[in-house]
Amino acid sequence: MTTVFDPGAEAARATDAILCDTLHGTHRGVVVDSPPGAGKSTLVVRAALELADAGRPLMVIAQTNAQVDDLVLRLAEKNPELPVGRLHSSDADPYDKALDDLPNVRKSAKAGDLAGLDVVISTAAKWAHVKGVEPWRHAIVDEAYQMRSDALLAVAGLFERALFVGDPGQLDPFAIVGSEQWAGLSYDPSASAVTTLLAHNPELPQHRLPVSWRLPASAAPLVSDAFYPFTPFRSGTGHGDRRLTFAVASDGSGPDRVIDEAAESGWGLLELPARHTPRTDPEAIRALAQVVRRLLDRGGAATSERAPDPAPLTADRIAVGTAHRDQAAAVRSALAELGVPEVTVDTANRLQGREYDVTVVLHPLSGRPDATAFHLETGRLCVLASRHRHACIVVCRAGVTDLLDDHPSTEPVQLGVTVKFPDGWEANHAVLSHLSEHRVAWGS
Amino acid sequence: MASALGSPSAFGQSQFAFMRGNAFEARVKADGGAELLRLVHEKLDARAEPPTSGVVPDLSAVGPEGRTARTALALREATAAGVWTLLDHPLLALEVAGSPAFLEPDAVVVHPDGSWTVVEIKSFPMLDGSADAAKVGAAARQSAVYVLALERVAARLGAEPEGRAGAEGRSAKEDSAEPEGRHAQDSAPAPKVRHTVLLVCPKDFSNLPTASAVDIRKQRSVTRRQLDRLTRIEDIADALPEGTCFSPDLPTPDLTVAVESVPATYAPECLSACELAFHCRDRSRAEGAVTSLGRSLRAELGGLTTVADVLSASRGESGDPTDPAVAALRRAAELRAEALSGGPALHPEASGHAT
Amino acid sequence: MSLITTLARLEAVDTGRAQPLATVRHRHLSDRPLVFVPLTTAGEAGAPLGALVGTDRDAPRLLVVPQPRDRDLRFAFLAELADVVLPYIDSYAEDVEAAERNETDPETGKRVKVEVELCADAPQLIVPSRAGIDFVRLLGRSMRFRRTAEQDPETPHPAPPRVPLLGRWLTHYGERARVPGSSLLLALTDVLSRHWATGQSSLEDQHLGALLAWIDPPDDESGAEAALRAELQRDAKGQLVCPPAGPATDPAFDNKLLAPAIERYDRARTALAAAEDGIEADDRLGELTAAERQIRDLVASRTRPTWDAVWRGLDLLRALPEGAHATDRWTRDRWSFTGHRDRVLAGEPPQPRRDDAVTAANKLATREREQARLEAQEALDDPLVMAGRRLAGEAFAGEVTDVVMAYSEGKRPSPRPLVTVRTDDRPHLGERAKVYRSLGGKPQAAEFVGYEGNGGNGEEQGGYGEEHGGYQSGGALDDNGALVVLRVVDKMGRGKEPETGSVPEKGDLVCFTLFEHEQRGGAKLPDPEETPWTHGGPPGETEATPQLHAPDAVTEEDVL
Repeated sequence: MTTVFDPGAEAARATDAILCDTLHGTHRGVVVDSPPGAGKSTLVVRAALELADAGRPLMVIAQTNAQVDDLVLRLAEKNPELPVGRLHSSDADPYDKALDDLPNVRKSAKAGDLAGLDVVISTAAKWAHVKGVEPWRHAIVDEAYQMRSDALLAVAGLFERALFVGDPGQLDPFAIVGSEQWAGLSYDPSASAVTTLLAHNPELPQHRLPVSWRLPASAAPLVSDAFYPFTPFRSGTGHGDRRLTFAVASDGSGPDRVIDEAAESGWGLLELPARHTPRTDPEAIRALAQVVRRLLDRGGAATSERAPDPAPLTADRIAVGTAHRDQAAAVRSALAELGVPEVTVDTANRLQGREYDVTVVLHPLSGRPDATAFHLETGRLCVLASRHRHACIVVCRAGVTDLLDDHPSTEPVQLGVTVKFPDGWEANHAVLSHLSEHRVAWGS
Repeated sequence: MASALGSPSAFGQSQFAFMRGNAFEARVKADGGAELLRLVHEKLDARAEPPTSGVVPDLSAVGPEGRTARTALALREATAAGVWTLLDHPLLALEVAGSPAFLEPDAVVVHPDGSWTVVEIKSFPMLDGSADAAKVGAAARQSAVYVLALERVAARLGAEPEGRAGAEGRSAKEDSAEPEGRHAQDSAPAPKVRHTVLLVCPKDFSNLPTASAVDIRKQRSVTRRQLDRLTRIEDIADALPEGTCFSPDLPTPDLTVAVESVPATYAPECLSACELAFHCRDRSRAEGAVTSLGRSLRAELGGLTTVADVLSASRGESGDPTDPAVAALRRAAELRAEALSGGPALHPEASGHAT
Repeated sequence: MSLITTLARLEAVDTGRAQPLATVRHRHLSDRPLVFVPLTTAGEAGAPLGALVGTDRDAPRLLVVPQPRDRDLRFAFLAELADVVLPYIDSYAEDVEAAERNETDPETGKRVKVEVELCADAPQLIVPSRAGIDFVRLLGRSMRFRRTAEQDPETPHPAPPRVPLLGRWLTHYGERARVPGSSLLLALTDVLSRHWATGQSSLEDQHLGALLAWIDPPDDESGAEAALRAELQRDAKGQLVCPPAGPATDPAFDNKLLAPAIERYDRARTALAAAEDGIEADDRLGELTAAERQIRDLVASRTRPTWDAVWRGLDLLRALPEGAHATDRWTRDRWSFTGHRDRVLAGEPPQPRRDDAVTAANKLATREREQARLEAQEALDDPLVMAGRRLAGEAFAGEVTDVVMAYSEGKRPSPRPLVTVRTDDRPHLGERAKVYRSLGGKPQAAEFVGYEGNGGNGEEQGGYGEEHGGYQSGGALDDNGALVVLRVVDKMGRGKEPETGSVPEKGDLVCFTLFEHEQRGGAKLPDPEETPWTHGGPPGETEATPQLHAPDAVTEEDVL
C-alpha cells in the first residue's frame, strides 16, 4: 500500500456507502458486519435519523429490552424532537424508567397506539406478536447475527426492506433442543437470521465497518486474525495513541507484574500452576480479585485520543469477564471481601456490546479437565478478548494448550452447512500462543 | 494385539458391508471414472469445460516408495496437460510423528485448471441430501490428511523450477483462496490443492452415486496443528523401558506389561475408535478413574479423579471442605439422600407444616 | 451432567448396582404397547433382514427377508409388517371422546372453541434402542412415497396395498419421537437410563443388555460383571451370547452364520428355478423351505433375546408410579395421534421429504416449548429431579419463618404478603426475580425482595445456556442457611384479604422455583403461503424446489 491508512476516512467511506445503499439502493436488504467497537450503534442511530428525515416510517428490531431502551435513549439524545414509539410487553416493568422523562417517546404494549410515529422500536419477540398492520416501508434489524432465523421469519412480513446490522464474531444463537434435522437447509430455523437471509438473497449488498474505535492497536490485529479472518478490520488508533500508566510502582508480585506487562503491551497472561479445578477455582478467583484491587490501588491513568489529559482508571472503567455465572458470582464475593464492590463482573453473554478501559478475564478453559463445545465456542472467547480500550489481562491455569491437544475437534459435519471458520479449537490456540508472549507466572 | 491381551475388540467388518462397499466404489469409477468426473465437474467446478473422456493414468509401481513417486509424476503430468484426470488409488506419503506414513485416498482428480481435488467414496447413504453427520465428519478428517499430504507433493512440484511454493506458514486467508487467485508468473506455481473435497455416497435407497462438496478447511487446520505437535514416536520409544516389545506372540502377562508402559488416556469415546479400547477400559476401571464413566463427569470434580476419592469426599470422610468441588459434592449428596428418603416434605405439591 | 447424577453413577460403581435417578416414572407406558425389534442388513441403507413385532410378549410375530436384496421379498416383509402394525393402530382410532380445541374462524379471524374428537388412548411403539427409532424413520421414509397398483396402474414396481400408509404412520411416529417428553415411540434404553444411573458411561448404556445387567443383575453377580458378559461373552462358535439389540447385527454373526445361510438359500432358489419336472421341483422346494427355515431360525435367535429384554425392561419401569404430569403429556400425544388420523382420513398427501421454512420453525418452537415444559414438570413431579434444580440454584426449599401482611398501593389495595423462607439452598436470585410455587396444581408467583440480615440483593440474574447451573458456595449464607424474603403477588383471590390457604404460614415447608411451571405459547408464524422474501418466499414457487411428494425413482439398484 502506498497511501497511509486513514481510519477516519475509511470509516466514513464505509458509512456513506451503507447509507447510500440503505436510502437509495434498489435491494430489499443491506447487510453490515460490524467488528467490536466499530461504531455499530452510531450507525444504527444515524441510519434511523436519516430514514426518518426522508419520511420513511421505520421499525427497529433489536434482540433484548436493554438494547431497545438503549437505542431509544440514543435516538432521543441525537434528536429530542423525533417522535419515537417504544413497543413493549405487558409484563411488569417492561422498559427502562428513564424513558418516562423523554417527552417525545410514546410507550405502549399495542402497536396500534404507536401508528404514525416516525420510528417504532421493540424486541423481535414482541414484534412477532404484531399482526394485521400495514407493513413498514423500512426496518433496521440490530444484532442480526444474534437473531435466530425463525425469529426473522416471524417478523419479516412487517417490513418491505431492511438494514441488517451485527457482529459476526460474537456468540451464535442456539436452540435448547436438537435441530440437526434441518441442518443444511437454507432456512434452518436455528441458524442465524443473516445466514438464512443471504442464502436466499445472495445478491444483497454486504458492507463492513473497517475500523474498531474501541480496540487498541495492540489488540485489533490479534482479534481480527483470530476471529474475523474474512472481514479483517484495523484499529482506529495507533500504537502511541493510548497509554496506561500507574502512579504506584510495582511491588514485584504476580498481579503487579502482569498489570505492568498489560499496560506496556496491551495483553497480560497471569499463569497459575497447572491443576484441575472446579469451575469456581478459588485461587484463580482470588487472583482475579487481586489484579482488580491492584489496578485500582496503583492509581492508574488512561491517556487516549479522546482527551488531552489522562483519565483516572476508576472502578467503572474496569470489568471482569467469565464464562459461567457461578464464576462471576464467586468473583463478586471475592471482590467484596477486598472492598471492591463496584466493578462490573459478568459473563461473556452479558458483556456483549459493552466497553471498558481494562478487562480482567478468567480464561474459559482454565483448570478444566475437559474442553466442551461450550467452552471452545469462538464467540465466547471473542467477546471476552474484545471489550477493552487499553489492556486485557487473562488469568489462566497452565496446561490449556495440552488440554486442547487432548480434545481435538471431532465434530460431526452436516452436509450443506456453511462452515464457520475459524473454529474455537483453532482460535483458542491462536489466542493462547499470542498471550504466551505476555506471560507472568503467579507468585514467582 | 487386543485379542492377545485378552480384550478383543468389537471391531470387524461384515462381509455384506465389505462387498457392497467394493461394488459401490467400482461402480463409481467404472467407464474411466466418467460418472465420478461428471460429479466433480457438477459439484465443484461447473464453470470448467465438462469432462468428455477422462485420463486414468497407470499408477502401479514396486513398493510404497515407488508408488508415491509414480503418483507424484502422474500428478505433475496431469497438471501440465490441463485435462480432467482421475488418479485411482494414488499413494501419498506424509510424515507423522517423525515417521513416514503412506496414505491411499480413494481418488484424486486433476481439474483442467491444474488444481487437485480429493475424492472420498463411502457406502453410507445420502438420504434427501443429508447423511450421518458423524460419518461425514470422519470422512472430512480423513480427507484433510490427504489434502495435507497432497500439499506436500504440490509444494515440491512448485519448488522444482523456481521454488515459490511454501504451503506451510500461510495464513488462513490465503489458504482459502480459490484457484482463480493463482499467480501467472514465469515460474510454475505450486499446483493448488482444493480445500473442498468431494464426498461420493449412494443416493437414497439405491446404489446410484450422488455427491456433496465438503469444506475441510477446519479439519485441515486442526490436523496440521496436530501433526506439528504430535508426540514423535521416537520420544514415546525413548520413554519406554529398554527392550519393550509389543509382539502379539508374547505371553499375555508380558504383553500387558509392555502395553501398560505406554501412557494412554481412556475415555468411553475410544470404544468406537480404537482396537485397544477394551483393554484400556479395563485398566481405567481397575484404577477407579471417573473418566471411565465419561469425560464430562470430571467437569465439576476439580482435582478428584477416582471414584473412591469422590465418594469419600461426598460423605465428608475426606477432602477439604473449602474446596468448592468438595463443598458442592457434599451438598449434592445431602440433597440426593433427602430426596430419596422422602425426607422433609419439600415436594412443591405437598407443602405442609414442619412440625 | 448434574453432580447428583454423577454421584448416582459413582455409587452404582461402588455398589455394583444401578442407582435411581427418579422416584417416579416420567414417561407414560401403554397397557398394550407394540414392541418392534428390527434387524437390518449391514452396508445397505436400511434393508430389513427381519423383525419380531407384536403386543403379546409370549407370541411375537417373526418376519424375515431371506434374501434382503430381493425387492419382492422385501415388499412381502413390509406388507406383513403393515398387517401387524396397522390393525393395532386402527384399534385406537375408533374410540374417541369429545374435546374442544381453539381454532381461528376463517371468516371473522377470531379465536373460537370448536368441538372435535380426541382419541381416548393412543397406540404406543417401543423399540429397543435409539438406533431403532432411526430405523423406524428410515422405514417410514422408504415407504410413504411408494405407489400401489391401485394408486398408479402404470407404476413399474407397485408396492403392496397399505405399505405407503404404514410409511406415513411410521414417519409420524418418528417425528413425534423428537418432541421432548413424548411417548408415542420410545427407545427402551433412553427410558431406562432416564430412570437409573449405571456404573458405566452413557455411551455404554445404549447397549440394552448391559444396561439391564446394571439395573437388575443376577443374584450372584455384580452389575459390572453382568454388563461385561452382556457386552462381550461369546459362545464356542464365536457368537455373542447377548446379541446386539439391533438393528445392526454383529459382524461375526453375518460372516459365520448368516452369509452361508443366505448362500444356501440362493442356491436352493436357483436350483428350484432350474427344476425340470414336478418331482424334482418338489424336492428342491423342500430344500428351499429348509434353507428359508434356517434363516428364520437365525433371525429368531438374534431377536428373541432382545425381545425378552425389552419386556423385562418394561416390567422394571412399570414398577415405578407414573409421574402426575406424565399423564398430561400423554394427552398431548393423544392429540398428536388424533391429528394424524384426521389428516390420513382427509386424504392429505404423505409428509414431504423436507419441511418448508414455516413448518420447520413451528416444529422447533414446539419442541423448545415442550423441552421447557418437560423440565419443569419432571421437577414438580419428582423431588429427586427438584434436588438437581436446587443444587443448580434454580429452585430452593425451606421453612417459612415469618409472614408479614402487606398491601399493594393504589385505589384497591391487594394483598402482597411478605414471606421469609429459611433455606440451605443457594438460589441464583436476581433483583426482583420472579419465583413460583405450586398451589393446588397451579403456579403461584412471588417476587424476590432481598435477604434478611443482608442488605444486598445477591447476584444478578440472567444469562442463558450452559452459563446457568453449577453449585455456588458463599453468598448470603451462614450455618443456619439464608433467609429469603419474598413478596407473594397472585392467586390470593379478589378480596382485600387473601383467601384461606393461599398464603404460606409460619412453619410451612415450601419449595419455590426460579423457572416457570407453565409455558406460554409463542407468536403465530405466517402461513407457509405467506413465507417472506427473507426465507425464499412461499414454497413451490421456485424452480429449484424438488418434488417434495413425488415417489422415489425406482431403479434396479434399489435396496429398500
